[in-house]
Amino acid sequence: MSDPRSTILNGIRRSLHRAELSGAERQAVEARLAEPPRGPAVARANLPQPDKVALFCQWAEANNATVARVTAADVPGEVASYLARNNLPAEAAMAPGPALDGFDWASQKMLALRRGRGEGSDHVSITGAFAGIAETGTLVTASGPEHPVTLNLLPDTHIVVLREADIVGGYEDVWVRLRARYGKDRMPRTVNTITGPSRTGDIEQTIELGAHGPRRMHIVVVRE
Amino acid sequence: MQSTAHDFKDNAHAALADANLQDSLAKLKVGFSERRRQAAERLPEFEALRDRARDIKNHTLANLDFYLEEFERKVLALGGHVHWAPTAADARQIITDLCRSMNARTVAKSKSMVSEEIGLNDHLEQLGIAPIETDLGEYIIQLRHEPPSHIIAPAVHLTKDQVADTFHEAHSKLGFTKRLTERNDLVAEARYVLRQKFLDADVGLTGANFLVAETGSSMLVTNEGNADLSNTLPRMHIVLASIEKVIPTLEDAAVLLRVLARSATGQESSAYTTLNTGPKRPDDLDGPEHYHVVILDNGRSSVLGTEMQDMLRCIRCGACMNHCPVYGAIGGHAYGWVYPGPIGAVLTPQLLGVEEASNLPNASTFCGRCESVCPVRIPLPRLMRHWREREFERHLTPRAVRQGLALWSFVARRPRLYKALTGLANRMLALFGRADGRYGTLPLAGGWTRFRDFPAPQQGGTFHAQWKQRRP
Repeated sequence: MSDPRSTILNGIRRSLHRAELSGAERQAVEARLAEPPRGPAVARANLPQPDKVALFCQWAEANNATVARVTAADVPGEVASYLARNNLPAEAAMAPGPALDGFDWASQKMLALRRGRGEGSDHVSITGAFAGIAETGTLVTASGPEHPVTLNLLPDTHIVVLREADIVGGYEDVWVRLRARYGKDRMPRTVNTITGPSRTGDIEQTIELGAHGPRRMHIVVVRE
Repeated sequence: MQSTAHDFKDNAHAALADANLQDSLAKLKVGFSERRRQAAERLPEFEALRDRARDIKNHTLANLDFYLEEFERKVLALGGHVHWAPTAADARQIITDLCRSMNARTVAKSKSMVSEEIGLNDHLEQLGIAPIETDLGEYIIQLRHEPPSHIIAPAVHLTKDQVADTFHEAHSKLGFTKRLTERNDLVAEARYVLRQKFLDADVGLTGANFLVAETGSSMLVTNEGNADLSNTLPRMHIVLASIEKVIPTLEDAAVLLRVLARSATGQESSAYTTLNTGPKRPDDLDGPEHYHVVILDNGRSSVLGTEMQDMLRCIRCGACMNHCPVYGAIGGHAYGWVYPGPIGAVLTPQLLGVEEASNLPNASTFCGRCESVCPVRIPLPRLMRHWREREFERHLTPRAVRQGLALWSFVARRPRLYKALTGLANRMLALFGRADGRYGTLPLAGGWTRFRDFPAPQQGGTFHAQWKQRRP
């Protein structure tokens, strides 16, 4: 009787008519892992940075997010104004990290902010983002003490503050940044890539927003 | 789940007579396939990406043991656990033990076809552990005690009114006494009911679209966000995935994601694509304390190295069923088990045996639409033909069909006899039927004329005769 692990792995090798990989064959697959080859390049996101930002905004809106482009000084004002425009309470759970500390939140006297993880009772969350993907208008967040995952998921409304410089072309550019930031072998617990608000087409194939995650996503793109 | 694949013909007749089902299927035919076409046209690189996706999967399958071991190594390095399950029973036992280790009473489940394949829900229920399906479509059919009818849209066979009735019945006892009629209200009520279940669940169980060997991550693609709540809120996250879900690197994932969403729903990108790697880190503010991956074989490794290996490239997008005229006519339940449509007609005989499922690969006109849209270019008609041949070899084909084929092959190998007989039949059919132009009934052809007229031959004789005349 062999253990289940060997049963499966040896079964695979038997079917492939070979022993465990060794020699040049093994080196070839190890090299492929070490230097991952990219697939066919997608031309539409291969643009100068300002056009990448524009493409990101265009796709994010196509995916039912709303976008505002403001200067750093105007970020807190835009957040407060968005909440007022949508008749939402002027209170939010905000990611605790330094990424959002640089903005002058005190300028918005009416805005009540709680720093910490998301709770089931939160209506609004405010977070930063690790990157934005221009190709599809997708946000990328990486979990950690500065960015609890629950803030992305539990509130009805998710407001994301994204710096223009963090907008990249495609997934591949995000992977490069992740490896540089966390090390090749040390991914954060959760990397979310989020394209617009939560949705479902499970009743008669008609899209409804806000299935389980946020119903509304507002992206504040910060001009440099 | 108990298979009824052997009852395929009866299932199909019932499906054709089901008015609600036919309403739902009419929407499916225009919905998914049209959106996929538009998405493919918007991306000039789409065909090149499909080629690459096929090559990535072929490369992985040829080195599957290596990539699985590499994946395991990375998961362990970050504090996760990997369990190997040669059979469905092994996987059920591993998951049961894990749930018991948490004293779990409820499990928040994100949609997983592999969990359907191993009959996990029934098993857990028998042990007093309540599995709660959280994908809206899966939740609806769980309330109705039905299996999924589509691999990405499990409740696609139901109308809004049926969903309204189901919720009215199930949610009344929770205090929601009004029968809702609007789609957004139905979605909101399910969101409210399920939110509390997420917060209460002891274990979150998800499938995986991909396992990334390079990083030891499980990758999940959803639109609702239910998978993310399942893998974030409970104290334990269990990933259940079959061996062929592993891929080498994140770069490979980028290619596969580009073809997956577009092939499945015609979206540029699904709303949520998530990489989970290990349990929460010491300074994280949320996330599960325990991370376990259950890797299931269940007969797949024996397909490697055979002419059927191509089926293991499948990334479960559902495009083959969305474009299949047979699926479009009868829906998914008629196929009788977990995987419907063309991919089901190929997988089910492999997983349950050709004796049980021999009808499925015969339910195809070989029109080839499935192969033409498959993002990883699986030659589905060829694989179905393979099963038909195995069926014939094992004498599972009905006697009337075998005798008919034997008679036809006897005549077809004797051209003069063939010409004489078809010429005679043509003249006879023309003589008695040309006035009407068709036959409403015809001896030996009841199977045809029960549903449609048989056309009477027109001027010019048999096909052979006309071919001879017209050939330049």
